[in-house]
Amino acid sequence: MDETKAKFARQFIEAIPHAAAMSMRLDHIGDGVAEISMPYDARLVGDPQTGVIHGGAVSSLMDTCGGAAVISHPDAPSGTATLDLRIDYMRPASPGQRIIARAECYHVTRTVAFVRATATDEDRERPVASAAGAFMVERPPEADA
Amino acid sequence: MRRRQPEPVQVVKQRRDAALNALIHGVPYIGYLGIEFDRRGDELTAILPYRDDLIGNPMLPALHGGVTSAFLEVTAIIGMSWSILWEQMENGDLDPMTLDPRHLPRMPKTIDFTVDYLRSGLPRDAYARARVNRSGRRYASVHVEGWQDNRTRIFAQATGHFLMPPRNG
Repeated sequence: MDETKAKFARQFIEAIPHAAAMSMRLDHIGDGVAEISMPYDARLVGDPQTGVIHGGAVSSLMDTCGGAAVISHPDAPSGTATLDLRIDYMRPASPGQRIIARAECYHVTRTVAFVRATATDEDRERPVASAAGAFMVERPPEADA
Repeated sequence: MRRRQPEPVQVVKQRRDAALNALIHGVPYIGYLGIEFDRRGDELTAILPYRDDLIGNPMLPALHGGVTSAFLEVTAIIGMSWSILWEQMENGDLDPMTLDPRHLPRMPKTIDFTVDYLRSGLPRDAYARARVNRSGRRYASVHVEGWQDNRTRIFAQATGHFLMPPRNG
């Protein structure tokens, strides 16, 4: 992925109001792979007795990361939106730790992009969650000709 | 046999609302997203009041897919917890006045959650209702529907499987 495109992708992610609200950071992007992380935040806790982050917050991170992977694909669409996303929660994320998502857009057709993703905390060996999704591919009108 | 006098309606309402409030206000993430619940008897409707920082696509603009997913997941978890709580409360096994954020019933844990995005989320309030399709001793399956202006125009739906909290006694 060239510099201009990577810069465009970074700006694209940082312009997402909800991603900014959750302090998401784009750590890597290119060729259909994206890595986005977010800090532990007491406001995102789902279980006050353990301090574990709510699954919904992990979903937001995975969804953002999936979309980023799609727009960074070499057959890149100009935009994308989630069609469906399934998340499997494997273990609770450790309280106090950053959550890191890595998404790969492994196949793109003219209309659909397929993505798989995993999320970990600072223990990168044991995933917290995994996801699989289909995303819409938005192409500029002239590409339809 | 003398029939027992029904409880005054305010007492019943106060007890149920106290239980619901304890359940919702104990979870920081629900407050962070600003989700509220409207209760009619045992039926709950979740409300996500619109806020600019819930946007995922500023060009359209549209709600963030992650926000939609989180909203539906919160609706599912609260829906299930509420049905457990309701039963305990109506049986007289639980006094909701004793509930506070440190003494809440354990919530179900999400095993998996699949969201189907039917149309983009408009920049306005969203609503959702959960239906517990199966609730066993260990697992539950829940379906959630989300809509905005029209109840019949669903903008997202989801199905999730949950691990039920262990029952005390």
